Amino acid sequence: MSKNTKAVKRHDGRKADDLREMEAKLGVIPSAKGSAMFKIGKTIAIAAVRGPKKLHPKFLQDPERGKIRCNYNMMAFSGSGNRVRPGPNRRAKEINLVIENALTPAVKLDNYPGCSIDVFINLIQTDAGTRCAAITAASMALADAGFEMKDLVSAVAVGKVNGEVVADLDKPEEDVEDAVDIPIAMMPNEKEITLLQLDGLISQEDLSKAVDLAEVVCDKIYKLQKETIAARYE
Amino acid sequence: MGELFVKEKEIVVPGQTLAEGMDYLPAGGAYRDGENIRSSIMGVLGINGRVLRIIPLKSQYRARPGDMVIAKITEMTNTVWFADIDGYRDGILSLREVPEYVGDGDELCQYYNYGDYVLAKLIQVSRKNMVLTMKGPGLRKLSGGRLVNVNPSKVPRVIGKQGSMIGLIKDKTGCRLIIGQNGLAWIQGAPEHELVAIEAIEMINERGHEQGLTDKVEKFLDEKMKDVVVDDAEEEAHETEKTTKEKKSSKTDSKDDSDEEEQPVRRAVGGKKKSKRSKK
Repeated sequence: MSKNTKAVKRHDGRKADDLREMEAKLGVIPSAKGSAMFKIGKTIAIAAVRGPKKLHPKFLQDPERGKIRCNYNMMAFSGSGNRVRPGPNRRAKEINLVIENALTPAVKLDNYPGCSIDVFINLIQTDAGTRCAAITAASMALADAGFEMKDLVSAVAVGKVNGEVVADLDKPEEDVEDAVDIPIAMMPNEKEITLLQLDGLISQEDLSKAVDLAEVVCDKIYKLQKETIAARYE
Repeated sequence: MGELFVKEKEIVVPGQTLAEGMDYLPAGGAYRDGENIRSSIMGVLGINGRVLRIIPLKSQYRARPGDMVIAKITEMTNTVWFADIDGYRDGILSLREVPEYVGDGDELCQYYNYGDYVLAKLIQVSRKNMVLTMKGPGLRKLSGGRLVNVNPSKVPRVIGKQGSMIGLIKDKTGCRLIIGQNGLAWIQGAPEHELVAIEAIEMINERGHEQGLTDKVEKFLDEKMKDVVVDDAEEEAHETEKTTKEKKSSKTDSKDDSDEEEQPVRRAVGGKKKSKRSKK
């Protein structure tokens, strides 16, 4: 990592508010009710939606509304060389929870009492920002499945690297000493934040700067989501 | 005063702002959020005067009383059957609602067994229950044939205006065809013809939002039916069957096929799988 302090100091030459190259596709898994792929830089997430179906075990059922359940999984070959042990682990469990919480406010779940809507997310390749890519793909998959939604959800990680607030951190940036990683998911039309996590130490001003930056870059992702959905049915 | 942000027939995504101001009114698939009208589903915008409506590209099945559905028997107790109708609840089919006389000590599976597909009608839909009935014209157990999934939002397209599309497929392929409102279509005819009909339905499912689809499907069917070669033995067997059926189906509605002799139920094939059905 270069530690110089010029205007552009990111290791891959991006500007502070530049995102990595993005790509998205709808309907990648024909057997699922809805599915989507979202790629940002080297991170690729695939999401498939199944359901609504009766939620079991029964004590988890909510008689008033449905429940979104997530299944986040990094594939064995997805990392940087070492085998990632796939399947549920502590980290995946936490990510499942935050993704569920990020998606739930966007979907109108009152129509599906006592049901679960299952979102399966697999990461083929990872280079930081996986939970954000997962949320972005999952929200497109939910829209593709034909669920009524208040809004799409766009997510991006912002953070502070070498003293600069930047958007969309990749793995080398995330690994920098004192780097701060802030995954943010928001509903771009509602202007509502549905996920905000913070890993590291950051001042209050920098945090609000980072959130403002996230709002700007989320709009870029939202634009891509919109284009992707339109392109599927052109 | 009101401003429209989206053109008619444009594809919209959930949450997208369609119009501003009180001049426009939201209808199905759209909702008012303060001053704005926004979309709640992925679909195509339809404008009718002041009313903005989203025609969904894909949707979940919303059960309504009176719907004809193709249901799969999944569970049974001493007095009721439970059937999967692809809704958020299982459909309940009680003893009272079947035309057969169920005698004392009879097992329910003698009448409708696990895995059987039935054409049934929804009579009551609530948050807790979806009640099915088998009493009504044409309602029966489906035997033989194949099943294909259609998105519930495309069911009206498969049927067409006054049944034009479904009539077209039936005429061209000579298959019997029933489509449930829950998006399950049942096709029966010569195996090769069934495949053609399935392909046509999948085409409608995939391209249902396009215009002039009936003509395209007609062209497609003409082309496909030219290539179809039916095995001699099978052809003979089906030719007689078909002619009698064509007479029947030309008179009756799509959902009103008269009953037939019991056949062993062949495995239903869903999605894009096209394995040959097993012979009787």
